[in-house]
Formats: sequence, structure tokens, C-alpha cells
Amino acid sequence: MKPRFSFGMIAILLAGFAFLYVPIGLLILYSFNASRLVTVWGGFSTRWYVELFSNAQLLTSTLTSLEIAFVSASLSVLLGTCAAYALARSGAFAGRTAFFALIYAPLVMPEVITGLALLLFFVAIGIERGFWTVVLAHSTVGMCFATVVIHARLAEFDMTLEEAAMDLGARPIEAFWLVTLPICAPAMVAAFLLAFTLSLDDFVLASFTSGPGSTTLPMRIYSQVRLGVSPQINAISTLMIATVAILLLVARLLTGARAGK
Amino acid sequence: MSLVKKTRGVGDGGLAANLGRRLVLIVPYAWLILFFAIPFLIVVKISISVQRDGRPPYEPVFELADGFIGAWESVQKFSMESYAAIYADRIYGDAYISSVWIAALATLCTLLIGYPLALAMARAPRRWRSLLIVLAVAPFWTSFLIRIYAWIVILKDEGLLNHALISTGLISEPIHIYATQGAVLIGIVYSYLPFMILPLYNALEKQDTALVEAALDLGATPFAAFRQITWPLSMRGVIAGCLLVFIPAVGEYVIPDLLGSDEVLMIGRSLWDEFSTARNWPGAAAVATVLLVLLLVPIVAYQRSHLQTHGAAR
Repeated sequence: MKPRFSFGMIAILLAGFAFLYVPIGLLILYSFNASRLVTVWGGFSTRWYVELFSNAQLLTSTLTSLEIAFVSASLSVLLGTCAAYALARSGAFAGRTAFFALIYAPLVMPEVITGLALLLFFVAIGIERGFWTVVLAHSTVGMCFATVVIHARLAEFDMTLEEAAMDLGARPIEAFWLVTLPICAPAMVAAFLLAFTLSLDDFVLASFTSGPGSTTLPMRIYSQVRLGVSPQINAISTLMIATVAILLLVARLLTGARAGK
Repeated sequence: MSLVKKTRGVGDGGLAANLGRRLVLIVPYAWLILFFAIPFLIVVKISISVQRDGRPPYEPVFELADGFIGAWESVQKFSMESYAAIYADRIYGDAYISSVWIAALATLCTLLIGYPLALAMARAPRRWRSLLIVLAVAPFWTSFLIRIYAWIVILKDEGLLNHALISTGLISEPIHIYATQGAVLIGIVYSYLPFMILPLYNALEKQDTALVEAALDLGATPFAAFRQITWPLSMRGVIAGCLLVFIPAVGEYVIPDLLGSDEVLMIGRSLWDEFSTARNWPGAAAVATVLLVLLLVPIVAYQRSHLQTHGAAR
């Protein structure tokens, strides 16, 4: 008897995803609310979106956040690929356990601790806080997530494939380029998206490490949320969700199309 | 000194390849030492410094440039003042205990919700699975803050939940959830759920369903098959998921700040207040150091669970 995918499981999936998505759905719905009150439906309106685009501060912060996310996600994937490759390929080396510890600690470390540590570090070595200090902070955490994602893929994959390529005369760099990299590519895309998201989301690390000119979007949103609920926040989050949904879809089509063939 | 010990005969492509191999390791290694390990040493260093007015707001301690005599002089200036303050003020002790308690409770709730969900995802038809994974992870894409904000809108006394419950006549008075420990709990469970689902799903998806199949064929009830096969085989995922939720939740700042009240004590907030409101950097550094020591055991356990999975093999 095969353990079946039962109706009970479908019910669990529906309930679980409802829990995850209903709050977000409500947020989107009320971004089109004409009323300023979040609980009273005052008819359909796009006024909050219009207001949003005249909020120059918010737009500048959005741009800053996107730039930081892009640079730090790229760095994260670069460093993460190296680290994952080193972990998967180079057998035992001195300090392997310590390297592992360094990869896994930032994943779970409470952000207030990491943020404070980085801030004190930047102050101690006399770096002016700004765009690049936030990038450094995000890349450090992002690379660890990237390493885990890419390493999981590399650990699954049969390394004799790479050896076979080299036995057949490929140089190590060719074997990496022609065999390992294509296999890793979906994991690298996933790692990039993950690091990008984490950076775009982050409030705590950014507040510790940013300077006057580099207020990120989450920092703006935070100060607005503390002042009170405003439909403008709903509007900006809806735009972010829409952007991301499109990105995810494109990424899925790209990697899905390749995997399908 | 060779950092990379070659264990395999294949693939030595001469000097350039060796150098490449080493760089691949050294660059991320050095990065993490510089931007993760060293900053923690600085936290410890500043926690034994004395607060002062100025920039930076602490007395400098211990500079390498001072040489031995300078170092000895600064050792004599080490101050345990910040730690004494943490020990003396009950509010810190209470905050540490309450943080651990809230995080543990939230971890349990996350497991109770996440496990059935991950199991259903892992047993779903193969062609659905990648979509389900995307769906489970996608809420991350909404800013974390915005997801917490969504719960403020839902949970407030005049919020959507109370509005709905009152208008359907189920209750007549609004339920106070917002600004309580319950709201903080909901916030943590909601935000950290994907962190629980992913390791669980990974552990469950790898399981050979033939084992459960065999157990059922041999007359086991579905529950017995779950208890004796599925659950023990997913233990790694359970441990990883729980630690992945518990450890960051203990130091959570944003959720208690936005969904809790001053009565919901959490140490992440105490640290933040110490740093930004009181502008007591040595104090904040000491709070962080104590928190780190507190979390050391779960963090090492978390790393070990991964070392066992991937470490020994390659």
C-alpha cells in the first residue's frame, strides 16, 4: 500500500498557505482602500499609489535599498560559490570545522548582535558608515545563506562527473565551467534571490551600519509604522510584492525551462 | 604551509589549479574572519570599557599599537562595570528568561504548524513540489516589516480580526491581542515558519516512501508508521528547524518592538535601548556578550547537526 497524498494533506496545505498568505492578501486589498482607516472599506481607489510617487524620500530609499540588495546579493553568490566549492571539494583541511562554524553562525545569530558587532567594528577601524558598510554587512550574512544553498546542491551531485571530465582531458577549470557550474546554476540563482531578499528586508543590520545618506527602505517603513498605520505602507508593500512575484516567475521560467530539457 | 591537504589523486592540474583551489577557500574564509569573527572580539573588548561622553562613546581600551607596556596599562583599566550592572538590575535577568521562554514557546508552535505542512509538501505529487517550495518561501519577499505591520492591522483592538468577529456576532467586546505576549508569539511563528518548513521538507522529501509503504503492508497503522519511521527519520530536520527558529527568536528586536508592549520583555529590545536610547555602548556590548554566551550551546548544536549531515562526507 502506497502512502497516499490524501485529502487531509490537501487540507493541511490549504490551511498552511492560507495562514501564510491571508495577512499579505489583506494588506494588498487595503492598499486600494479609499478610506484612511485600515478597517473600514471606503471603496476602490489608487490615491495611496499616487501619494507614494510624490514621496521623494521613499523613492530615494527604495533606490538605495535596491542598489544595496543587488551589490550584496552578487557578492554573496560569488563568495558563497567559492565557499561551497571549497567545502565540497577540498577534502580535509586545517580549520575546516572552524570554517563550518563561521558559515553557520551568521545564519542563526540574532541580528542585534551581528549589527552591534559590525557597527563597533566599523567604528573601531574608522570607516565612515554609509552605503558600503551596509553592503558589507548584508554580504557577510548573505554569503552564508548562499553557501548553504549551493553546498546542498553540490553535495547531492555526483562528483565523479567532474572527475570523469578531467579523466577525459578537461582541465580543472574546464571541468568546473562545463560540468559543475551548469549543475550549480539553479542553486546560484536561488542563492542570489535569497540574498537579494534578505538584504531588501533587513532593518536591524541596516540601522546599525548605515550612515546619514543611506537610509534604506525598511528603515523608512519602520519609522512610519511606529508613527501609526498608513495605507501608503500598504501601497508600497503591494508594489514590492508585485515586483518580486514577477522576478520569481521569470527565475522559475528560466531555470524550469533548462531543467525540463 | 599548506592549508589544503589533498586527499584525492585526480584533478591536480598543476600550480595554477592549486592556487585557484586555495583562493576559493581563502577568500571566503578571510572575509568571514574579518567581518564576523573579529567584530565579535571587538564587542567583548568594548564591553569591558567604560562609557563616556564623546565620539566614540567609550574609553579606548587596549590598542595593539601600544606595545606591551601600553597593553599592560590598559589591562589595568579593564572594567567589569557593565557586567555588574546587568547582574544588579533585575530587569536584564527577567528579559533573558522571558526571551528564552517566548522563543521556546514560539519554536514549539512553529514546529506544530510547520511539520504537517512540510510533510504534505514532501508527499505531494512531484510536479507540484517546486511550486509549493516557492509558495512556502515567497512570503519572505514581502518585507519582514510589512508582514509584521499586516499583523498590527489584523490584531489591533479596532483591527480586522476584532472587526470581523464583532460583526459576525461571535464576540461583543474586542479581544486584546495586540501589545501582548500572544501577539509577539504570533509574529514570531508567522515570520519564522518558512525557516522551519525548509529543513523539515528537505529531510522528509529525501525519505524513501517505500519504508512507510512496507510498514503499512506489514499491518502498521498510519500513526505507528509515522511514529516509528517518518518522525525518527526526520529528526535532523526537526532539530535544524527548531534551532533555526529558536536562536534568532531569542534575540528578536523588531517583533516585540512592533507587536509587543513594554511589559513584554525581550533582551533584543533591552540591547537596542541600551545602545540607541541610553547611548551606553559598553552596556549594549555586555548585554550582547552575555546573550552570545547564553546562545553558545544551541549555536554549536546547530553547527554540529550540519557538520554531521555534510561535514564528514566530503
